[in-house]
Amino acid sequence: MAALVYTLTALLGAAAAATGVAGMLGASWAVDVDWLVPLGGLALEMDALAGLFVALVGATAVPASLYAIGYTGRERRGCLAYLVFVAAMLAVPLAANVMTFALAWELMSLASYVLVLDGARAGREPAASAHAGWVYAVMTHAGLACLLAGMLLLTAWTGSARFADWTAAAPALDAGARSLAWALLALGFGAKAGGVPLHVWLPLAHPAAPSHVSALMSGVMIKLGVYGLLRASFVWLAPALPWWGATLLLVGAISAVAGVLYAIVDRDLKRLLAFSSIENVGIVLVGTGAALTFAATSMAGLALLALAAALYHVVNHAAFKSLLFMAAGGVLHGTGTRDMEALGGLIKRQPWTAACFLVGAVAIAGLPPLNGFVSEWLMFQALLQNVLLPQPSLNLVFALAIAGLALAAGLAVACFVKAFGITFLALPRSDAAAAAHEAPVTMRVAMVATAVACAALALGASSIVPALAVVAATLVPAPPPVTLGAWLTLEVSGEFASLSMPAVALALAGGILLPVLLLAVARVRPRPRRYETWACGRLLQTARMEYTATAFADPFTRVFDFFYRPVKRLDIDRHPESRFFVRRIRYENPTRFIVDEWLYRPVGRLLRAAARRVAVVQSGSPNLYLAYVLAALLLLLLVA
Amino acid sequence: MLRQLRVALRTGVVTEPPAREAEVERLGTLLAADIRARFGRSLAIRQVDAGSCNGCELEIGGLTGPHYDLERFGLHFVASPRHADCLLVTGPVTRNMAEALRRTWHATPDPKIVIAAGDCAGDGGLFRGSYAVVGGVREIVPVDALIPGCPPSPAALLAGLLDALGRPR
Amino acid sequence: MDALTLSVLQALVVGLGAPLLVGTLRTLKARLVGRRGPSPWQPFLDLRKLLGKTPVVSETTSWIFRATPYVLVGAMLVAALAAPVLTSRPPLAFAGIILLMSLFLLGTFFLALAGLDAGSAFGGMGSSREVAVAALAEPTVILAVFALALRANTTNLGGIVERVSAEPLLAVNPAHLLAFAAFFIVMLAETGRLPVDNPATHLELTMIHEAMVLEYSGRHLALVEWASAMKLLLFLTLLANLFFPWGVPADVEPPAMLLGLLALAGKLVLLAVALAALETAIAKLRLFRVPELLSGSFALAVLSVSAVFLLR
Repeated sequence: MAALVYTLTALLGAAAAATGVAGMLGASWAVDVDWLVPLGGLALEMDALAGLFVALVGATAVPASLYAIGYTGRERRGCLAYLVFVAAMLAVPLAANVMTFALAWELMSLASYVLVLDGARAGREPAASAHAGWVYAVMTHAGLACLLAGMLLLTAWTGSARFADWTAAAPALDAGARSLAWALLALGFGAKAGGVPLHVWLPLAHPAAPSHVSALMSGVMIKLGVYGLLRASFVWLAPALPWWGATLLLVGAISAVAGVLYAIVDRDLKRLLAFSSIENVGIVLVGTGAALTFAATSMAGLALLALAAALYHVVNHAAFKSLLFMAAGGVLHGTGTRDMEALGGLIKRQPWTAACFLVGAVAIAGLPPLNGFVSEWLMFQALLQNVLLPQPSLNLVFALAIAGLALAAGLAVACFVKAFGITFLALPRSDAAAAAHEAPVTMRVAMVATAVACAALALGASSIVPALAVVAATLVPAPPPVTLGAWLTLEVSGEFASLSMPAVALALAGGILLPVLLLAVARVRPRPRRYETWACGRLLQTARMEYTATAFADPFTRVFDFFYRPVKRLDIDRHPESRFFVRRIRYENPTRFIVDEWLYRPVGRLLRAAARRVAVVQSGSPNLYLAYVLAALLLLLLVA
Repeated sequence: MLRQLRVALRTGVVTEPPAREAEVERLGTLLAADIRARFGRSLAIRQVDAGSCNGCELEIGGLTGPHYDLERFGLHFVASPRHADCLLVTGPVTRNMAEALRRTWHATPDPKIVIAAGDCAGDGGLFRGSYAVVGGVREIVPVDALIPGCPPSPAALLAGLLDALGRPR
Repeated sequence: MDALTLSVLQALVVGLGAPLLVGTLRTLKARLVGRRGPSPWQPFLDLRKLLGKTPVVSETTSWIFRATPYVLVGAMLVAALAAPVLTSRPPLAFAGIILLMSLFLLGTFFLALAGLDAGSAFGGMGSSREVAVAALAEPTVILAVFALALRANTTNLGGIVERVSAEPLLAVNPAHLLAFAAFFIVMLAETGRLPVDNPATHLELTMIHEAMVLEYSGRHLALVEWASAMKLLLFLTLLANLFFPWGVPADVEPPAMLLGLLALAGKLVLLAVALAALETAIAKLRLFRVPELLSGSFALAVLSVSAVFLLR
């Protein structure tokens, strides 16, 4: 029965993907059902940008649903919420008025909340699951509050709840009003996207949810936050102001670096992936911010390029992050644990899962010849042309963003060496890992299909990037900055830069085969002899002698200790008879979360203090309450 | 920093030519011709201390200095037996180091040779007959050549190595 | 000359020149400390001997360990096609420094995995340190080459070379020299030379690159050593040809490329002498001071970029 629902979702996803692609290619339509919902009715509209995101959600839902069949097994709980989740996500980009948007958004949030709670409870840690659900619910609704505030303001100012009307009326509003609306909308969409400092729900909710849901949440749900930002900045509130773009650039750069820094020190495999999503959202925000800045300073060609790069990264991230979450789910399914300190040696017990995780890791680390490299390259080309901007202050922001992106790219490589190396290589660190079993067929098929998609997205860059540029052109009208040259080369901004992925991939394949061939031709034959690892002649090798995940991250903990602010605790338990004999040593060096400590805890304290003050009103005495009612009535009579 | 470079440039090269005679006892497992063909021009040496008093190690350490400079003959010391062609073993092989020496030998890829340096490595030397000592490297791993001495001087070690390799000097 | 022949030629020059460069460096370092030292051709003899040995592979490892040497060599050979070695129009020059750095990172990624694969503490330690150094060096490289790209108005490495060739005085511009200094420090970090990492050390606790390679033997070791030598050659070539591109021809005709090869050889010898002198005179930095060195080089790169903007 659950399998049926998942298959239905997969079919829905496929249909949506087809519709979305049609929308990208120009087929636009609109559906208006006034009577279905109050306050404006149900209004759906398809255009190029909506088509892209609908296609993205649909295309990611297909392998995720297939995967879910194998992952959940006989478990029926959550399949309906999953269907609602996917359907709501498909409706969000299509929404054409406030009511539809709010409905779809809230349905999406509710469905995912149910799924997160479900998954967290299955993890058998009630306190943690309650906390994860709570933070997720609070952040989502705080975001929704900002969104509604912004949208209602715009409705009041422009007199209509339809998005199309906002586009027409926005230029008439003054800059301050537009900025206020933009700030509210950016806060709301930013909270959904997971930009620092509004990211705190991501590392709690994504690991807790079941893996197919995590794949969708990280892969496409947070992208809907980006979708909202794009709509708000380029369509509803155009023309943009430069500080909007600069803010997004800074937030993006900080998110990118902070996200990957937290990912590196994490020992929970899925939480590492969640932090890495924050990093990638940061990269997309950098692209969006760059595009906004260029658009605000009338450099439409560069804005188009930056936007195309951001959209490409959105698509790529959906592909490789969903692949990574599915593979991590495969690990969880096979071993029962997500803790990297208890994993290891899985490449021999779960070869398919390991190979798929490797493809995802190489892609997310931005290494050729996979898709992460191409979108990172394109993003850099867009950013490096910032020299053409007139104001030096903007140049400085761009230089910071470039440095931040480069650092994040390097750190991402380190992070995924750790994630893949500790989880899959060497010896198993626990019995659970030693007894792991491979994922069932449906899960494997879904993962392999996504891995192939990653490769296709890279090799097909020459067709995909121009297509995305066409979509971006609907937001920022300009001649395309990307043309095609010989060997399927992407030429950017004329002579500025070019890249031919097929050539690079071919060269790499040739380069790897060349030594194999050379050695064969030179008849270098000796077959390897198997022996133990070299350990200075020591008699035994156990898993205790391997490097641990925490040790692997140690150089980073030291270098960035101003960011992690670790608190070292050392407890030495000595023998009562003599202090020279040590019985037990307990060493803890946990990192702390700056944003939690400097932002959320003080805000939480303030709120609680304020609530305590206000709570005086709730005295519990019915006489006092009656007095309140009387006072309110008198006040209303006076005012009205 | 500049002072060091000035001194270096002023002093110049001080390497001495290798000694003529060599005392080497051949116990060969590999044919001399084979050794010369494979390792004559490039030999990676991994030194193993099987319980020695470190006298031999100090002399071996002198081989890498400017006066004896074994690198000019294509010999060099490596850190891991996986990288090595030759194990240069010193010490009488204490019982504690016997298994470690055996594992090191197995960790070295073939073809390989073992050169025992010092009287202790030959038959236990000063410590022959002790309860803690196995008595000579050949009891644990097959030995190709033995350079006697207690300790053998760096010149003798170098000459012995070159002779064991069959290299014309 | 068509792209395929050019590719083969550049690959040959880089592949065969790399061991010679490493050998020359070793000889120079030996002479500077008063030793006769090995012959510059010694690495070729070492590699040939290694090919004849039977590799010993640990039972703990997986296919990643055996595949990594090939991936490393592949990445370096493709990087050889992307760098302006013989000419300013190499076959893959278009993608610029990002493709080059990503190829190096691909090699580092797999080598780090291979280090973890054996399950020994040495390998894990080497992997951890190597990726930390590589991550911290990334921003400096991007910014330093960005400073050059700003001037040339292209990120195509060949374009940068041609722009600086056309205006030789650009090479003594402060921004240019600052970028060179930053890139030099990064070169030391990425190729594992003193003061960041000692390539000749035997103490595992002081190793960064060598620690990951401890488990390799036979032909696998030969491939890994060859790839490391190629990485050094490529970094020095970038330093020579990107920052001081005199003698790098734009056309791909044999006579011009021969001249280019001679010019490159001359510049590489100068750089090798400088590197040997530096390595002889400086002691290795404590590992936890390496990030300070790298942030210093980052500061230089930022200064270089600011100089380009201010001195426009």
